[in-house]
Amino acid sequence: MSVLYIFLIIVAVFQIYPLVWLFQFSLKSNAEVFGLSPFALPQDPRWENYVRVWTDGNINLYFFNSVWITVTSVLLTILLASFVTFAITRMRWKLNKLVLGLFMVGLMVPIHSAIIPLFAFFLDLNLIDNPLSIILSYTAFNLPLTIMILLGFYYTLPREIEEAAVVDGCSIHRIFFQITLPMTTPVLATTAIINMIYNWNEFIFVNTFISSDKFKTLTVGIQNFIGQYLTDWGAIGATLMISIIPILIAFLILSNRIVEGIAAGSVKG
Amino acid sequence: MNKVMSNKAVIALYVLPAFILIVALIYGPILITGYYGLMDWNGIGAMTFVGLENYTQLIKDAQFWQSAYHSFLLAFFSTLSLVPYLAISLILAGKIKGSDLLRKIYLIPMLLSSVAIAQLWVKIYDPNNGMLNSFLTMVGVENPPAWLADTNLVLYAIFVAILWQYAGFYIIIYYAALKGIPESLVEAAKIDGANPVQIAYKIKVPLISGVIKVTVVLAIVGSLKYFDLIYVMTGGGPNGASEVIASYMYKKAFDTFDFGYGSAIAFFLLLITLVVTWITRKLTASEDEIQY
Repeated sequence: MSVLYIFLIIVAVFQIYPLVWLFQFSLKSNAEVFGLSPFALPQDPRWENYVRVWTDGNINLYFFNSVWITVTSVLLTILLASFVTFAITRMRWKLNKLVLGLFMVGLMVPIHSAIIPLFAFFLDLNLIDNPLSIILSYTAFNLPLTIMILLGFYYTLPREIEEAAVVDGCSIHRIFFQITLPMTTPVLATTAIINMIYNWNEFIFVNTFISSDKFKTLTVGIQNFIGQYLTDWGAIGATLMISIIPILIAFLILSNRIVEGIAAGSVKG
Repeated sequence: MNKVMSNKAVIALYVLPAFILIVALIYGPILITGYYGLMDWNGIGAMTFVGLENYTQLIKDAQFWQSAYHSFLLAFFSTLSLVPYLAISLILAGKIKGSDLLRKIYLIPMLLSSVAIAQLWVKIYDPNNGMLNSFLTMVGVENPPAWLADTNLVLYAIFVAILWQYAGFYIIIYYAALKGIPESLVEAAKIDGANPVQIAYKIKVPLISGVIKVTVVLAIVGSLKYFDLIYVMTGGGPNGASEVIASYMYKKAFDTFDFGYGSAIAFFLLLITLVVTWITRKLTASEDEIQY
């Protein structure tokens, strides 16, 4: 039994220590990084590394771009996915299974196989170097997974409440917005988090569609930023920490939902 | 009731926006990729139809096959890595104290961006001040290798970062599946005198074989699509030693502006992904699914 525990703990150390080490060097000066053992604790924690990278470069701008682009895409995805799932599971029409199937095929498509025509398409629409191109891409590519997670929950919802509302003469839009949508809040939270993590970390769309600094998000921004600070490990560490702290905080607060969402989203894939 | 719930105009209103979006941004582009592969095009100027020229060039392109070989090597290793992940999940699911916390710790890397992970691992592998070589020097290794600059080692070094990133993902999937096994089956086996290893090997693993198949497909297909981490860590270098299909495609299209050739590679990637998914599903499909 204790052998198993030691094994599990070694794996845990392997998973977590690189991040502890990153946090350590984010608080060091170059003299400490290059002169002392990399395992040494920072002698005099330099929190100014964080202040410096936040104010010096465009990190604060990239950060806010990540926030608003992520939030907008998540809201749009959830709204559209809820519409589709409602229409497929609650409303009566013949082609619903076929349409659902078409959405689900999207789960298998590699982004990379679509990126060249997508670039050409946005170029034609004059949406290259425009945040709309990323928001629309995030929404489209997250719809299949989001619908899949919502679907399982919608099937478990009782129909009686909606039926009673219809009898009372409630319009379909009111049924959706005031009855069904509020009932799905728990699963909406799960899908929102999964979407948020995906969008926050997304790289290839931003790297391809966005060229000016004012629209870059954190993942692509830090990539360029680190190029300028090639040898300043403290600055690099602080930049990377800033990009991962929001996710770590979300994880601390919502870890059960995240675990649940990942399990729900992948097993059926 | 039926009248309200089968209102065609409302159905169209609810379904069409999302449908148009996926057709315009996913299905349309996928089909067009194959068409662009027939063109000579730099992305901006006029397109010239060249027939199958890009595809025949692809077949003769040694660099492309090297990239494809690397992608398949990663897919092979990723599939192998599922065995230890499954073993860890089996231990965790065996009513161990702190398994909740351990699972969460394992999962953290999966939540971080590949760019941050790549930059972190570049620092870990740094020949002079990196964590790994400092540790190796400390325990007495003289001249530890420059991991990411060594053409023989770079792919394995990257694979360790991939292991780190995805461990929690697969462990969570297996754990969720193992928790779904009815307790009564395990109890019955215990009464019959089965030891924990036998229970794991003969009862639990077969019962979650469906989920294991899904993870095999995910691991293989995921590896074929690998891009972000490698692009940031090494850019496919040194000397193409860590180039994979997706990074080679991206380079051809967006660095050398050969959109036609890039599209041919992208189309190949799409086909190979679909074929591999189909083959893995066929190969791992058992005669009769276990019911419980």
